[in-house]
Amino acid sequence: MSEYILELKGITKTFPGVKALDDVYFKLKPGEIHALMGENGAGKSTFIKVITGVHAPDEGEMFLNGEKVHFRNPTDAQKAGIAAIYQHVTCYPDLSVTENIFMGHERVAKGTKRLLWREMHEEAGRLLQRLGASFSPKTQMGALSVAEQQIVEIAKALSVNAKIIIMDEPTAALTNSESEELYRIAEQLRDQGTSIIFISHRFEDMYRLASQVTVFRDSRYIGTWRVDEISNHDLIVAMVGREITQLFPKKAASIGEELLRVEGLGRTGYFADVSFTLRKGEILGLTGLVGAGRTEVCQALFGIARPDKGKVFYKGREVAIRHPLQAMNLGIGYLPEDRQKQGLVLQWEIGRNITLPALEKLSRNGTIQIRREWEFAKRLAEKLGVKAKSVFDPAGSLSGGNQQKVVFAKLLTADLDVLILDEPTKGVDVGAKSAIYEIISDLACSGYGILIVSSEMPEIIGMCDRVAVMREGRITAFMDRGEMTQEAILAASMADGAPKNEQIRWAQA
Amino acid sequence: MEPRVILGKKAFSFRSFFLQWEWMLVLLFIAVNVMNVNLSEFYWNFGNLRDATMSFLDKAFIVLPMVFVIILGDIDISVGSIVALSSVIMADLYNHGLPMPLAMVVCLAVGTLCGWINGLLIVKFKELSAVIVTLSTMIIYRGVAYILLKDQAAGKFPEWFNFLGWDYIGGIPFILIAFAVFAAAFWYLLHKTTFGRRVYAMGSNLTASRFSGVRTDRIKIVVFTLAGLMSAVTALFLTSRMGSTRPNIAAGYELDVIAMVVLGGISTAGGKGRMIGAILAVFLIGYLRYGLGLVNVSAQTLLIIIGLLLIVAVAIPKLKLGRASARRRA
Amino acid sequence: MRERGGHTAVAAVGEALGAAAPNKSLSANIARFREVGLLVFIVLLSVGVQLRNPSFLTWENLNDIAMNTAILSILAVGMMLVIITRGIDLSIGATLALSGMIAALTVKEYPGASPAVALLIGIGIGLVCGALLGLLVAKANILPIIATLGMMNVFRGLTYEASGGKWVSAHQMPADFKAIATGSLLGVNHLIFIAIVIYIAAYYFIAHTRTGRQVYAVGSNPESAEVSGIRSGRILWLVYTIMGGLAGLAGVLWVSKFASAQGDTASGYELSVIAACVLGGVSIAGGSGKISGILLGSVLLGILNNALPMINVSPFWQNWIQGMIILVAVLVNALVKRGIDRNHLMRRRI
Repeated sequence: MSEYILELKGITKTFPGVKALDDVYFKLKPGEIHALMGENGAGKSTFIKVITGVHAPDEGEMFLNGEKVHFRNPTDAQKAGIAAIYQHVTCYPDLSVTENIFMGHERVAKGTKRLLWREMHEEAGRLLQRLGASFSPKTQMGALSVAEQQIVEIAKALSVNAKIIIMDEPTAALTNSESEELYRIAEQLRDQGTSIIFISHRFEDMYRLASQVTVFRDSRYIGTWRVDEISNHDLIVAMVGREITQLFPKKAASIGEELLRVEGLGRTGYFADVSFTLRKGEILGLTGLVGAGRTEVCQALFGIARPDKGKVFYKGREVAIRHPLQAMNLGIGYLPEDRQKQGLVLQWEIGRNITLPALEKLSRNGTIQIRREWEFAKRLAEKLGVKAKSVFDPAGSLSGGNQQKVVFAKLLTADLDVLILDEPTKGVDVGAKSAIYEIISDLACSGYGILIVSSEMPEIIGMCDRVAVMREGRITAFMDRGEMTQEAILAASMADGAPKNEQIRWAQA
Repeated sequence: MEPRVILGKKAFSFRSFFLQWEWMLVLLFIAVNVMNVNLSEFYWNFGNLRDATMSFLDKAFIVLPMVFVIILGDIDISVGSIVALSSVIMADLYNHGLPMPLAMVVCLAVGTLCGWINGLLIVKFKELSAVIVTLSTMIIYRGVAYILLKDQAAGKFPEWFNFLGWDYIGGIPFILIAFAVFAAAFWYLLHKTTFGRRVYAMGSNLTASRFSGVRTDRIKIVVFTLAGLMSAVTALFLTSRMGSTRPNIAAGYELDVIAMVVLGGISTAGGKGRMIGAILAVFLIGYLRYGLGLVNVSAQTLLIIIGLLLIVAVAIPKLKLGRASARRRA
Repeated sequence: MRERGGHTAVAAVGEALGAAAPNKSLSANIARFREVGLLVFIVLLSVGVQLRNPSFLTWENLNDIAMNTAILSILAVGMMLVIITRGIDLSIGATLALSGMIAALTVKEYPGASPAVALLIGIGIGLVCGALLGLLVAKANILPIIATLGMMNVFRGLTYEASGGKWVSAHQMPADFKAIATGSLLGVNHLIFIAIVIYIAAYYFIAHTRTGRQVYAVGSNPESAEVSGIRSGRILWLVYTIMGGLAGLAGVLWVSKFASAQGDTASGYELSVIAACVLGGVSIAGGSGKISGILLGSVLLGILNNALPMINVSPFWQNWIQGMIILVAVLVNALVKRGIDRNHLMRRRI
């Protein structure tokens, strides 16, 4: 019997164009709660998928109880006693709690193969009771709150006698008292000998639960510490303290009159009470954790989903934006977060993609003027330095960075004043990143007001004049260029991270 | 970084030019004609071929907007019922004393309204598929036709109304000329205008289209409304040819129309296919029917053939795709 | 990203409902009490019709309704399974006609054959039709609407081919074949008896077997189903095959009951079956549907079909009424779903 129930050595995983994990180590003892921390995109999710058999690593070894294992698919991992509970619960909303718990390993009678409902309901009831849940196992899954669904997922893990349970940001969608409930369950499981890998952005979670913490940064392993040995400040430095190797060509732009003012914007279930202003030539950052409501705010401003509270003023005039075309005609453009699903028609050629928002301009009486369209697309593609043989290459054949440039080109087809850029450098390699930063900076200098949503702190700090930090659907802090530090932003974006005065101290540091 | 010069002209490739589904249709078309000539000595006769065109072109008017519907990735199975309803209302109003030209306008208006209702329901209830919406309106529209006319026929149209379905202009059937005009217009709309471009965009990626400022809801409503309008046009020609109308006319037209569109290479997944393919498919199926009819193949056998054609036309590209992805996996 | 349809006039109604009952909206209650509501509606309808025409609630007429409902409800079982997997089957009217016709031709040719043989032939042909359709949907990945629309015509054409365009009429059928539908067992008419057996079997299948629950899982969340190790293709194939088998059985019963087999038997009957399902709360989006719901849905449709002529509603209104029932039922189902989703959103903490 090995000291460790799970051990991973030198795990490397490469996706086309991106190194998602680079020589990563991890050790888990039996009956331990081990926190895994890191910024968005640090490689935690990929790491989890390697453990649960969703991805096979390119390099490295994995040991379970000292024995080398190799999972080909999720079922292998399940059989080995590893269960994962994801942030976005994957369940059958139309089926009962019991069925969700037992899906895939139902209890059946020996001869007749009849489902043993009573046995399953009882077992499910016992599991739920053990977890302190008050709802009946016969409840329909879709009727439960997210917290309750998470408890069901934990019960599912218990029902297969999982020895290792991975919780991927389980508290992200929970209230404080619900989180408290989860802590209790996790501690209880730990005391019964189950090992838990706990991924969270909340320091509170980590301090409350974990005995060990491992930090990843930029797909790499940074280190493992005992929780009582590492200070809050050191931990934050470990998470964000990368050397800023990228060049941020932020040029000083003259900041002009107010373009956009948002007052008390809210949308049930997504965000509430969001207020800010954006001026000409200004780059305003909007940061916070994934799921904090940033994208939803942007989409509300672009008319994708209408907010149900609050006011939006554009150039001093109150506007109600009903659909994207109206937003674009006003002068607001949006670069969507997911360029493959929301930004581009991948099967289409580059040129058609670029001209899609500008067809009106390139047509006469509704007829597209093909030659003008080609010229127009070619000019914009060249202006943004899209690397392609011709404007007739399909957009899907381009690299991430070049695809993003094409999406930028789409924005430049219209006469806009406000650009909302949602994760403009997500999944883009370093070279293309600095090219995109240059584009953004140039646009600000030429008088655009720019709102950047980003999870990458160097990007926010390097590019923005001001930053608004969101947490759980609300803006929690504004910082000017002088006040911005990675530590301060991180502290503001994480709930209950540390005492208030400490946050302020970081902000001033 | 030196911006690279990007080509602004398309390279012509013989390979991709000839590897188009439309050539396949042309070959099939020739094959059908060769087969028909061998089957019957009456087939290869200008007068016969010309008159055959008149008998199958009525539903071809619906094929044109159905191409748009299917490129959107949707489907409309209520078109046959719209034909029946607009035809019945026209006949009913005429028999109640409305002048025929006005009744014809009402016919077009009814079809347009029916299509608009389809579109509106589909856009407002995005969680319902177009299948279930048009399935229920299919029953409702024909139901209204039955309420109006019971199981009777209505007719006794003025003499000049026969012109639509039976007359020639310079030796060419009027219905063929009308179809050519509409086909050209729809071809232009699909391939040359901003509207057509946006329809393709929506079929390929609805979300990205919306984010690019395409008024997706409005376009969808317009497309379904066009399907309704053209169903009414079909109603005019069909009623003229039959000389009278009943609530059960044009039953099963949706199948024929969808079969022609799919055979024309328009993918049910949306975003792919061209107008010319569907037009070729109209004539392909039309002459196939005519030829087989000449040698006394029953209408029922034709039903089987059309059904199988639909299945095969949808299945072939999937099989090809399946093999390609299997190879990629290997 | 899922398209959000909100903020229409209809959503406004949903909001109004939500405002009226802040904790649990009306629509959530509709979901819970749908069956009770259907039952109440059935009772009210019956009372209303009875007041207009006293011959409605007679033993004879009720028996008639039950017999007519039997075939519809048998088909609704299969259709429910298909719709739960997010599919639809438009071919069942044709499958019914084909198997009914072949069974009728068999007994016409061999009048000595046992009625059981006719039943088996009908079911067998239905199973083959369904299995074929299942292959097209599950293996060739053809949209159910396209596959069933195409095969509907193939089966219908085959029916005409088989009969040579002629009818098989009452006097060509042996008495014991007609007795399949008219006879009774333990004082219960065969049709009703068969329907009861099928409902019990179906209840056992969907509630007590692993495969039955997998049908729901595949419809509720196809991606998760794949991860849970459910072979979705096999489940899809299975539901279309079951649907075909039931249509085949219904074909024999139909032909026996009406004592005639025609080329256009049960033409358009699939629409009544779909109506019974959506009326019974089977969600077109897949994943949900209850045996009790479709039973009530079938009974309601059966009563409507019987009662409308009795209160002098022209038979020509039936098409329209049926279409409206389907449309209103799916719209209500959709609004209920929206209300529930909205409830869930409001519970989220900001």
